[in-house]
Amino acid sequence: MTSVAVPLDAPGAPSARPVRRRFGWGWIGVAPFLLFALAFLIAPTAYLVFGSFETGQGGFTLENYANLFEPSIVTTYMNSIEISVVTAVVGGIFGFLLAYSVVAGGLPGPFRSALMTFSGVASNFAGVPLALAFVFTIGRVGLLTVFLKTAFGIDPYGNGFTLYSKVGLEIVYLYFQFPLMVLIIAPAIDGLKKEWREASENMGASSFQYWRHVALPILMPSLLGTMILLFGNSFGAQATAYQLTGGFIDIVTIAISRQMRGDVLFDPNLGYALAMGMVVIMGLSIAGYSLLQRRAERWLR
Amino acid sequence: MKHPGRIGWWIVFVVGFLYFFVPLYGTLDFSLRSKPFLSAYTAILTDSQFTSTLLYSFIAGVLTIIVSILIIVPTAFWVRLKFPRIRPLIEFITLLPFVIPPIILVFGLISTYSKQPLALTNTDTGSNALLVAAYVVLSFPYMYRAVDTGLRAIDIQSLTEASQSLGAGWVRILWQVILPNLRTSLLSGAFLTLAIVVGEFTIATFLARPAFAPYLSIVGDERPYEQAALALVAFAITWLAMVGIAVLGRGSGGRGRFTAAR
Repeated sequence: MTSVAVPLDAPGAPSARPVRRRFGWGWIGVAPFLLFALAFLIAPTAYLVFGSFETGQGGFTLENYANLFEPSIVTTYMNSIEISVVTAVVGGIFGFLLAYSVVAGGLPGPFRSALMTFSGVASNFAGVPLALAFVFTIGRVGLLTVFLKTAFGIDPYGNGFTLYSKVGLEIVYLYFQFPLMVLIIAPAIDGLKKEWREASENMGASSFQYWRHVALPILMPSLLGTMILLFGNSFGAQATAYQLTGGFIDIVTIAISRQMRGDVLFDPNLGYALAMGMVVIMGLSIAGYSLLQRRAERWLR
Repeated sequence: MKHPGRIGWWIVFVVGFLYFFVPLYGTLDFSLRSKPFLSAYTAILTDSQFTSTLLYSFIAGVLTIIVSILIIVPTAFWVRLKFPRIRPLIEFITLLPFVIPPIILVFGLISTYSKQPLALTNTDTGSNALLVAAYVVLSFPYMYRAVDTGLRAIDIQSLTEASQSLGAGWVRILWQVILPNLRTSLLSGAFLTLAIVVGEFTIATFLARPAFAPYLSIVGDERPYEQAALALVAFAITWLAMVGIAVLGRGSGGRGRFTAAR
């Protein structure tokens, strides 16, 4: 009996699924995703975009954007930017030093995996419980506040410090900022090859010269890119600030919350414009991050 | 000196260590000040609102994971196998939640879905659905990344052709061939999703959902010690989720993590 079946890989056998160049087939497989994203991500964002160009009666206007330049709103944005820049730079530098201390600083091996696990936890430990932890620690009757007072006679709150301020918020944000830096920058530090250091030493370079001319230029795109990422990370934060200050700190995410609740000077269209201003700043920071990250990958293969 | 900077690195490490642990210790210390000893902890165990809000958040987390997997896995599979041209668009969309933080997302969702005929926010079921949908969107960046990386590691072309030659249809291929091969990536994504959803405050608050973080936020007005104990519970959940991921051995770094409940 001879088989009539054609082996699948026989030369000249027709392909099991002939490729038809018909428009549309490829889209069917991604349709559920696209529809979901359209309904719950793109349409809601588009609503804010259109609303930001409308008057309360529905006509077209640019007034909402003009209103963003009122001194009080500019202050709000500047506060958010200031907090984000400070925590990105401080968290970035400290996170880098911390990562370097376990990757290349000669600390015992197990410290590295411990730091990585802690950083994973801390970079995700944010919002309400994080704000609370700092209230219990450096709040008015927090553990550390009381300890400083009784042990050293230092009274932070008597000297103008308060946790419920910009500085306080920065201290709290750093708790998730520097661990994120550690997680992202550690692989980049790993990428610094030993040979580069040896080569510079062979040519008589000092440690300072090695850093100035070799290590830092290679790490710079990663460092800057990650700091920009940290900027966005802090800029979009709402829950931590809300819990810490009860909604009484003048930053963008809180201003948007107030608009949504309709507490003060309720104007939904201004709220939409506020949100758009935020999206633009977030977009710029993510674009900056991806750009620098791509540059960084050149050296880290 | 062989390691001139060794002392300096120790100082850096100790400062980091203190920064990490002192706030946790402060919280623990505060929770233990309730009298009698440990009463804050026995109180939360018998607190029906604690169990109900935590359960609510867990269920929301599990639903988020299921919906996210159902949407992301077939999409990433299809893009890799049949439709690589569309990859830039899909990647762009999955990264959008970085640009649109939770406060903006919930603002848009409420604005869009509070008016007839799509007034989802008027009913509990509608609000619950919106909450899960928002969390699914938040999970896009790292879920897509995890699944896509997982797919790269296996030869989906051969697996698919082998399954097809054995007569399997698309659903069967995805369910019995692709999904089991992605177990590790999906579990990591699931742990992360659970940690983020259980701690999420902004979206749950504005949708007026009885979730854990909004409850944690207000409970301290009357019961501060219990609030401290609950904050530690929240920390323990995050910690367990991260240990779960570490055990799975896919410590893929911190990228894609910052849509968490800040």
